[in-house]
Amino acid sequence: MEARRKERIDRGIKVRSEGIYVVSSLKEMLYVAGPRVFLMAGLLLLPLVLEMAPYWKRVVNIMCVYGLLAISFDFLANIVGLVCLGGAMFIGVGGYMTAIFNVYLHCPVYLAIPLAGLSGASICTILLLPCLSLRGVYFAIVTLMYPLLFTRIIEALNILGGTNGITGLDSFPNQYLENYVIIILLLVFLFGLRRLMDEDIGLVLRGVKDNDQSVRASGINVTHLKALAVFIASFIGCLGGAYLAHLYMWAGLSLFALDFSIIPIAAVTIGGGGSMLGAVIGTFILVPLSEFLRFFGTFRIVIYCLILTGFIVFKSEGLLPYFARKYDQFERWAKI
Amino acid sequence: MSILSVENISKTFGGLMALMSVSFSVKQGEIYGIIGPNGSGKTTLINCITGFIKPEAGKVYFRGSNIRGWPAHKIARAGIARTFQVMRPYYSLPAYKNLIIPLWSPRARAIGGWRGGGKHGDRDTVAVDILEEIGFERDSRVPYKMASTLPTGYLKRLELARCIALRPEIIFCDEVFSGLSASEVAGMLPLIEKLKMEGITLIMVEHRLKELFKVADRVMALQFGEKIAEGHYKEVIADPRVKEAYLGSEEV
Repeated sequence: MEARRKERIDRGIKVRSEGIYVVSSLKEMLYVAGPRVFLMAGLLLLPLVLEMAPYWKRVVNIMCVYGLLAISFDFLANIVGLVCLGGAMFIGVGGYMTAIFNVYLHCPVYLAIPLAGLSGASICTILLLPCLSLRGVYFAIVTLMYPLLFTRIIEALNILGGTNGITGLDSFPNQYLENYVIIILLLVFLFGLRRLMDEDIGLVLRGVKDNDQSVRASGINVTHLKALAVFIASFIGCLGGAYLAHLYMWAGLSLFALDFSIIPIAAVTIGGGGSMLGAVIGTFILVPLSEFLRFFGTFRIVIYCLILTGFIVFKSEGLLPYFARKYDQFERWAKI
Repeated sequence: MSILSVENISKTFGGLMALMSVSFSVKQGEIYGIIGPNGSGKTTLINCITGFIKPEAGKVYFRGSNIRGWPAHKIARAGIARTFQVMRPYYSLPAYKNLIIPLWSPRARAIGGWRGGGKHGDRDTVAVDILEEIGFERDSRVPYKMASTLPTGYLKRLELARCIALRPEIIFCDEVFSGLSASEVAGMLPLIEKLKMEGITLIMVEHRLKELFKVADRVMALQFGEKIAEGHYKEVIADPRVKEAYLGSEEV
């Protein structure tokens, strides 16, 4: 029997639709734009489809918040090389900041959320500034520590509502706004970050992960770049936190919960890192899955873990790279 | 007129004296070689001057201002570029994209990359121009290959290309010839000469003495962190201390 092996070859349409040639026909344009349009349209139509299931509309909102956290984690970890477990910190700081603006300073919702994003991102960046020279697991430990620190400070000093939290935040004027604010935020940051990665500054940020010594030798201040990246990531996270606080109409200590740090990592692992899109796909699987499994009661966590392990063992590259390969290439048997 | 003058640089690692009061000065447009056996402190000297490690004592004057203690990126921005002995390309990027990073840097943006191009965008074209200049065949696929798939010879050139993209006044070359075949080195010598013609000062740390001596105007020899000889290469290799450093002393 002759030896054979599988080889992968780019589909003709992929090659034909590269670069400027994409405009040559409608089919090629559809091929390139299809997945993006599908994602955008699907996400935008989701609240309308779920009209009869208000509970699941709520799940979609939470899912999008986790989506924001996942792209912020993916951006920091797989592009800039800072493994940041600060999801809980971003959510908590954003949530408490919007509570301060909304309840104490009487800003309306549409002003409180952006203000919370900006001020929260500034606070997070300043706090992480001394740790930017740390790499790998050391940076992760510091970012994991901050939410615990905030929780203890709020408890001990009994400030910002203490263990009861700050209540009485304004909710969104109507259901649709509640859905679409977060969906549009997610889409804007997802495609915005992907665009940023194609710019020259995106390359420089990648360079920081790859080889920060060479970036320094090119006369670029690496600490400034890392601070910029942390600001962008924490801005995204804090907006998610501010949204969540208004959704619950409450900012409390549970905003610093560890879930906000851990689930984004699991999502990026499932979806595939480095593309931001994989992170979003990961959350779109994990968060609804976790809701479905409520049916099993306390057994839920076991099944959840089994499924997670299954993904990691059988599709360790991540779902997005797998599907992208199927989309762009075909396989055939070739004689050796 | 010396463009760079180093005065009594000292550096210790724990109890080890890596550099002991090393002084030298380099004239503008000169090719200055630094030789010495393994562990004699050549790379440490480069690291001290370019700010990657902090020397304990001494002064480094670049165009009259003391740059000792400046952070590495500030020294690079002032116009002192360097290559790394252990090559440090951006492995996850294609070769030409490696040059986007120095071309994006504040210095290159201010004066424009390679011959003034790339000042306002279109850095990709300038990057491929530089790579062609340095021996990547433009019409082949080599400039577009991932850096992780390139052989050593190209990676060494890429190191130098990254320096050139910065439009520096001084380039420190840390063993750019090592690991290259004789014909590859022969291909790079004209490039070195060309950089000199453009007024760039080159300071080359090298083990390939034969090739270095073809281009170097002056040479310094280091041993155990001390300068033992300086001058034209013929004087330096004739120096008994240099012979001893390379071949060992006669009495056993």
